[in-house]
This record gives sequence, C-alpha cells and structure tokens, in this order.
Amino acid sequence: MNRRLVLLLLLALAVAVPLSLLAGRVWIDPFDPQTRNAALIVLQLRLPRAALALVLGAGLGTAGAAMQGFLRNPLADPGLFGIAPGAALGAVLSFWTGYAASAYLLPVFALIGAGGAMALLALIAGRDGGVALFTLAGLMIASLAGALMSLAISLAPTPFAMSEIVTWLMGALADRSWREVWIATPLTLAGIAVLLAAGRSLDALTLGEAAARSLGLDPRRLQVLMIAGIGLTVGASVAVAGIIGFVGLIVPHLVRPLTDRRPSSLLVPSALAGALLLLVADCLCRVLPLAGAELRLGIALSLIGAPFFLHLLLRMRRGLA
Amino acid sequence: MSGYATLEANGLGLAGRLSGVTLSLRAGEVTAICGPNGAGKSSLLGCLAGLTKHDAGTVLLDSTPLERVAPAERARRLGFLPQSPEVAWDVSVEVLISLGRLPWKGAPAGEAQAAIDGAIAAMDLEAFRHRPVSRLSGGERARALMARVLATRPDWLLADEPLANLDLAHAAALLRRFHAQSAEGRGVVLVLHDLAMAMNHADRVVVLHNGRVFADGPPSEALAPGVIRAVWSCEARWLGDPGTQALSVS
Repeated sequence: MNRRLVLLLLLALAVAVPLSLLAGRVWIDPFDPQTRNAALIVLQLRLPRAALALVLGAGLGTAGAAMQGFLRNPLADPGLFGIAPGAALGAVLSFWTGYAASAYLLPVFALIGAGGAMALLALIAGRDGGVALFTLAGLMIASLAGALMSLAISLAPTPFAMSEIVTWLMGALADRSWREVWIATPLTLAGIAVLLAAGRSLDALTLGEAAARSLGLDPRRLQVLMIAGIGLTVGASVAVAGIIGFVGLIVPHLVRPLTDRRPSSLLVPSALAGALLLLVADCLCRVLPLAGAELRLGIALSLIGAPFFLHLLLRMRRGLA
Repeated sequence: MSGYATLEANGLGLAGRLSGVTLSLRAGEVTAICGPNGAGKSSLLGCLAGLTKHDAGTVLLDSTPLERVAPAERARRLGFLPQSPEVAWDVSVEVLISLGRLPWKGAPAGEAQAAIDGAIAAMDLEAFRHRPVSRLSGGERARALMARVLATRPDWLLADEPLANLDLAHAAALLRRFHAQSAEGRGVVLVLHDLAMAMNHADRVVVLHNGRVFADGPPSEALAPGVIRAVWSCEARWLGDPGTQALSVS
C-alpha cells in the first residue's frame, strides 16, 4: 500500500515540477520559443525556486511526521521544539548588525541560532529522555527566542532594517537563487536521513514509553536523533526562506490515512507530499493577482493551515465527546 | 525455548519502594505478584524487566546480570506488558502485533510473519487481523496487546495487571492463555490485584508488603488467611473447592 502511495506522489511531482517552471507573472509557452528571456527566467529564477520548494517541503514534511510520531500526538508540529524561533532569532540578529548585507551571513546566523536552540534543548532535556520535559523545554526556548526577537526588532537601528526583518520573517521563496539551494539541500537531506534512522524507534513509541523501552528503545539516542534531524531540516528551511509554518502539521495528517499509520511508514510519503505542497503553494503565490507584491508563502500557508488546524481540533472534540 | 530458565532478584532495593527483595522465578510456571497498593509490585516487575533502575542488588537472567545483557537481547528475551498499555495510532491489529518484532531487526521476513501469525492464532485474533485497534472491545484489545508481546517470542512474559478492565469471563480466558504459554516452557510473571484469580490460576504467589517479600510459595500457603490478615489488614477466608475458590471478606 505504501509503495503505491509513494509512486502516486512521485507521479504528481513529475507533473507539478514542469508546470511550476512555466507558471508565474510571465507565463512560458513551451511550444512557442518566442517568449523573451525564457531560458533566463526558467534557469535562474524558477528552477532554483522549484528546487528550494521541493527540498524545504520534503524536510518540513518529514520533520512533521517524525515530530508527531515522537510526541504521539497528531497536533504536534516541528515548531514546538523552538528550533525555528531560534533560527529566526539568529537571522534577525544578522539584520540588526547589518551583516545581512552579505548573502552568506544571514543563513549562517540562522543556522547558529538553530544550533543554539538545539544545544539548549539537549542540555535541558536531561538524560532520562522523557517526552514531557522535552516538549516543555522546547516551548520555553520558543518563547524566549520569540521575546528576544521582538526585542531586537524594537531596537532596530533604522526603520529600513525593521521593515527588512519583518518582511523576511514572513517566509518566502521569492528571489531565491542557486546559492540558497546549495546551502539548504545538503543540510536538509542529512536531516531527513537522520529522521529516517529514527523510524523504528518511533514505531516502538506507538506503544508508550515503557513498552517501547522494553522493546529495546534507547530514549536518549532517539532524543539525539530528533534534535539533530529536526534541527537540520527546520534550521535549513528558516535559514534560506524565513518561517514557513504548518507544512509539518498538515502534511502528515493528509498522508496518514493512506498508510498503515505506523510512524515509520509516514516518513517518506510525508517528504514527497511536503515537497508537492510547498511547490504548489509557491506556484499559487506566484500567479495570484495581488496588487503590488506577490503573496508571501509563509502568510499563504498560515492562511490555509490555521483553519485546517481548527478543523482538526473540532473533529477531535467531536471524537472525545 | 533457549537456555534462559531462571529470572532472579537478589537483594533488590529501590529507595522507598523495594528493600532486600530476593526471588528466583522459574520458566514453566505462572507466578503472581500480589500485595496492597504501594507494596512495590509494579516497581519489582519494572526491575525484573530491566526498565526500572534499582539502587541495590541485582537481577539475573539465567545467572547473567541484566544490565550486562544488551538492550536488543533483553528485549528479545523479556516480553513486557505495561499497566494500562497505550496505542498512540489507530493501527490495525496485525500492524500492532508486528511491533513486537522490532527487537528482531534483520531477522528473515518469513520468520517474522510466522511469529505474527503464531501470536494471532495463540490469542484467537484471526477474525480481527485487519481491524483498527480503536474498533476492538476491551477483551479483544487486551488479547491484541498480549499478542504483540508474544510476537517477540520471548522466554519470559511479564505483565502488569493484565486483567484490569476485563470482565470475569475475559479475565479467566486470558489467564488460560497465560497457562498455555507457561506450558510451552515460558516463564509467566503477572502482577495481580484480584487475590481469587491468583489463588485459582497461579502456580506460585509472591506477596509483597512495604517493599519486602512477605510470603512466597504455592497459592494456598502464600495467600493463607493469616497472610491476608497481616498484609491487607482484613479478616478473610477462602470458600469453595481448590481451583474455584472465592474470598469472603468480613
């Protein structure tokens, strides 16, 4: 059943990727070679953007699936670990210091922020590997990073820096180049590989912590894998695209009913579905007729994601009643 | 069955919960651990399963200290069913049972399927194989969770209150299945709250009181009225014939 789902998703991607290269403010007709600058638009603007959508979507989808398996909660989101706010704080500091002018420093600052959040998480979470303490630690890191970010924004040296920061925080893939692809791809792929290695442990956790340990689960090792895997995927994504929420929440949900519901069976389909979702959403942002600028991807996904989350909550409430 | 025929506790101590517990459990027997609330039953079972770290003493699996047994090996030898087990995702019965194969990473797929089929047969779950866990009754769910432990093909079955939330008929049926497992040479250790169940169905009863072994032996001795008076502080006597006795508490 899983193989068929993976094939279907690959097929959908095979259709969506070429289409996404043609769609945009300038529509490219593949049968009419007369479009001006077509090669330039496809190779320098749309191809890196599509590649980035695929890579980041795959990373966020896998991170969400792993996170829901780890916390045994269908409402969990990779953002809960505070790694995304940590990375965003790093990026904001780079704006504040003016270093963002150099194209490589913003991602580097963001990755340092993500690494700091990961280290803090590992430090607080302790040795026993308990999930509750870990989640609370993540929430505290998220709110601390959020507060520091607000502080940095409020103390921004110039109004220009402030507007730069605020715009950047609303994640987007617009104007990204191959440079961002080369930064994000290796980190994200490494993160996905780490999360795939956690698959069996996540399966064992289905039975609760005690039974999982009796099946040979090493909670400490799983925790390390989760911090590294979520840190790499989410950190890389924030570093090149700003905050893109809800992919990690929605995607595993849509995929789960089509699998046997074991956390490990969810990882690969969630990667593919995440890639597809981000690619399609980014295309829609590009073609939506909006006066002035194009719709920011982060805003678009929150506009879809928040009602989806509410729908889930309502359905769960009905289930509990 | 392999050579692991004994599971021993030697002077086990755990701050505030266990003190100087020494026991030698044998495969091929159903041993019930009984005691009032807070006596240390679950702590003892957790120590025997290698899940709870104890402060003093050792647990020996066929004369090897348990902490020296690799986690995967321990997981293959000791099957553990926690109190009020959870199933986080609404998987099918077959997928749930297949989780019991996790400690056997790298084993041939045919062997895994045979173990899963065997566990399904032992717990009489063929009709529910593809049913989601959320659509099982309490009794069916208890059997499916037990089958998950059996799919590991462990030498020992350690279960913490496996009969909680089961009605009389289902509890008795599950106990018969535990007996069938012990007849196959497995060691079965159950924490039981219901003294009549322990009296009628266990081969051996260990009574814990304030973290110490108060009585250890055949049910008729370990659960004699004198022991019940001393440990549970109530006057009680056994009615009926051996095997179907009931406890009358005054």
